[in-house]
Amino acid sequence: METAHKTIFTSKDLETDQEVRWCPGCGDYAILSSLKKVLPELNHSKEDFVFVSGIGCSSRLPYYMDTYGMHSIHGRATAIALGLKTSRPELSVWVITGDGDALSIGGNHLIHTLRRNPNLNILLFNNQIYGLTKGQYSPTSEIGKITKSSPIGTVDSPFNPIALALGANGTFVARTLDRDPKHQQEIYKRAYYHTGCSFVEVYQNCNVFNDGAFEIMTEKDSKSFSTIFVEHGKPLVFANGTKGIVLDGLQAKVIDIVDGSTDELWLHDETDPMKAYILSRFFDNDALPRPFGVLFADSSKPCLDTLIQDQLKDKRIENKTIAFNDLLKSRNSWEVQ
Amino acid sequence: MHQNKEAVSDTIKHEQHVVIKFAGDSGDGVQLTGTQFAETSALFGNDIATFPDFPAEIRAPIGTLPGVSGFQLHIGSNEILTPGDTYDVLVALNAAALKVNLKSLKPNGIIIANSDGFDEKNLRLAKIDENDNPLHNGSLDAYQVFTADITKLTKLAVAEFGLGNKEAERCKNMYVLGLVYWLFDRNMQHSINFIEKQFSKKELVAKSNIKALQAGYHFGETSEMFGNRFEIAAAVYAKGTYRSINGNQATALGLLGASVKSGIPIFLGTYPITPASDILHELSKHKGFDLISFQAEDEISGICAAIGASYGGRLGVTTSSGPGIALKTEAIGLATMLELPLVICNIQRGGPSTGLPTKTEQSDLLQALYGRNGECPLVVIAASTPADCYEMSYMAVKIAIEHTVPVMFLSDGYLATGAQPWMIKTLDEMPEISSHFIRKADEGKPYQPYARNENLSRDHAVPGTPGMEHRIGGLEKENITGNISYDAANHELMVKLRAQKVMNVADTLPLQTFEHGNKDSKALIIGWGSTFGSISTATKELREEGIDIAHIHLKYINPLPRNLGEMIKNFDHVFVAELNNGQLIRLIRDQFLKDAKGINKIQGQPFQITEIKDILKHNLQ
Repeated sequence: METAHKTIFTSKDLETDQEVRWCPGCGDYAILSSLKKVLPELNHSKEDFVFVSGIGCSSRLPYYMDTYGMHSIHGRATAIALGLKTSRPELSVWVITGDGDALSIGGNHLIHTLRRNPNLNILLFNNQIYGLTKGQYSPTSEIGKITKSSPIGTVDSPFNPIALALGANGTFVARTLDRDPKHQQEIYKRAYYHTGCSFVEVYQNCNVFNDGAFEIMTEKDSKSFSTIFVEHGKPLVFANGTKGIVLDGLQAKVIDIVDGSTDELWLHDETDPMKAYILSRFFDNDALPRPFGVLFADSSKPCLDTLIQDQLKDKRIENKTIAFNDLLKSRNSWEVQ
Repeated sequence: MHQNKEAVSDTIKHEQHVVIKFAGDSGDGVQLTGTQFAETSALFGNDIATFPDFPAEIRAPIGTLPGVSGFQLHIGSNEILTPGDTYDVLVALNAAALKVNLKSLKPNGIIIANSDGFDEKNLRLAKIDENDNPLHNGSLDAYQVFTADITKLTKLAVAEFGLGNKEAERCKNMYVLGLVYWLFDRNMQHSINFIEKQFSKKELVAKSNIKALQAGYHFGETSEMFGNRFEIAAAVYAKGTYRSINGNQATALGLLGASVKSGIPIFLGTYPITPASDILHELSKHKGFDLISFQAEDEISGICAAIGASYGGRLGVTTSSGPGIALKTEAIGLATMLELPLVICNIQRGGPSTGLPTKTEQSDLLQALYGRNGECPLVVIAASTPADCYEMSYMAVKIAIEHTVPVMFLSDGYLATGAQPWMIKTLDEMPEISSHFIRKADEGKPYQPYARNENLSRDHAVPGTPGMEHRIGGLEKENITGNISYDAANHELMVKLRAQKVMNVADTLPLQTFEHGNKDSKALIIGWGSTFGSISTATKELREEGIDIAHIHLKYINPLPRNLGEMIKNFDHVFVAELNNGQLIRLIRDQFLKDAKGINKIQGQPFQITEIKDILKHNLQ
């Protein structure tokens, strides 16, 4: 998807005159900044980007990005973006959403958007809390969590967003985190270049209502043991090269890497949906590191906007006025003289 | 075959108009029988009005009272505005159909009964004593009863084609159609063509149905079953091209026509719901007009995708009925705030909740006017006849585009499925639609998304327009710039601007006229939407009886026509007739401080002419 004459612009051109109103220290700043770095490097002109968001802290992002944008209503950004993208396939349309927006109130639209595969990029900022409404548990909050609305702990099991996206036949499923700008940028680019619906879960810290939710994955001493960054065709190695993952049947197991040999290790194949699903289930096992990167990418499935436009092209009528007037008369009309 | 009475005469009976009711089990195909008869009559040149009435279940238990499906048809050689209060002819394919429909058959009316549908089992299912068959017990002596074993005769007629028992029996609706064609001296060719097309890939089925049709016709001719035939001369129509059209077809075509005229292609985002789904079915056939039809995962997604499409420069349209509109409410608020064109079609049905899905009602008017959070005015317009759906849905598009507002188009189950002949209005006869979408930057001028023109509508720069990047959303906007604003005075200003913007639509609308009578008449009856035919006919008949009553029928409800207050202010007696518990009446009382009286019916059925007349007479004498 490229526009014919892309105009040059810089990150600075993407700044708006609006004051950014996120809390100081919010992970959203880092995401905004990474997006601003990525956009000028892509193949669309500034006016061809559209950011559509729902409701929540994350969903304020469009106001801070000098492209086209719509801050819509709770949970519905995916549906609005689908209508826009199928109408105007030449645009680069991004959905900015959060765990409450996309997985609670907007859950239905999210799964159906994923299965339909429009060429959108969905960035789900997951902070495992309702921030804008000041601290209630979200559909990704861990069980037992104490919040304002769960003073003695939640009893709801959380969603695993990656598994959900895979289950909904998402064609591009990735995870990144706010503290790693370089990785974010790489993933956003991959999402952009994927033809189809790209789903990116971004772990994002809410320093006011859920500070440190992903600390174990971002702090220096625990980070290397609790995270694994996967790359297509490369072995699953983590802990500074000292540990790796092997597949024993359908079971992932951690092994120590001896003498630097990675021969036995699981080679990441982002085109394999079964392995992607196993990766997504690392979520359930604290003994396994949390995977980041492109977990699944399948570019073979045609995207919705192309399918729709192909049908329109196929049926296109040149002179619509004549055709319409004929249509009025086509069904059993009669003349009165 | 026997007749309970002697043949009336051997001649052709000339009638101005006749009402026929086809009734049977919902699996009997009476809707098709009725539609075919209606189309053939329209082609012949009669004026027609139809009223299909069927259960919500696809196949309610066979033979039972709730399973009865009916199709009422009024044909005439002069103007017809309703499907008729009572029928001249009742075709009853089983005992339940007779039981449900007998009450509206005129005295001395004709009953054509399928005797096979009155066996012990069918009587039991219809909750009639098995030993008290109405065809034999004398209870129908006030009518002309003709019975035939239609099931058996149909099977015999199609035996040569070797269809299975069930398939053969299914041809009986065509047998009935043939019989009634003979009775009304109609040509079978239209239906033969229809069958050939419908079953083009099932030759035996096509041949069997045609044979059943012809056999029914010939049976009428040779059995001397009926003493006389009816002739209803063609109506006198103005010169032009006509077709038969129902409300949902007309709605789809009006939307599509406006899209062609304006050059703005439609994005239909919708979810199936009775009785609106046929609009989706019709529009989804017309992708050649650059139309995208999107069957969404739910009602909310349907309207939201339509809003996204409008934002992108298409015309967003969503179609639904009351329960679906309830779900779309928040998104209608968003479209109001975004000030984008959007057409919302509400094909009303009985409510609340799931209510009466296949029955008609006008009970969503207050929902349309007020059913949103915040101060959220909406343009609300309503079609008055099936054919009027074409012009009113066209106007919905025109208003939405020219005023950058969401517009609610109201129709209902009665209009949606009812059909009438319509003099086709091609696009050159329809008003121009001018678009406010900006596609190129104005040189040197910064773009202000909430700057307004003289209508107060805003110019919308579609994404992709260089130099006009901007953000819009559901948070309150600062006037002109469109930036988020929590400023107290600005909010009040914006609420008033959005209200005024809707009021300004009235400047571009036709002034209201009287259907009957004038401002000096003794009393006034006001209606809106699908009650047009009943109220107009009732008023006309009362006037002929010497009661000077005027009729105003509203199609534009928000804003109301500018001259309405002037028209009604001198009336001492104002009646508001509607198929709900009193909704428009609140608006009339509120806006004009009139002590109006309600004429209301909430039975899932249209008004009968006599019901309106009786109430008016009672109140005015």
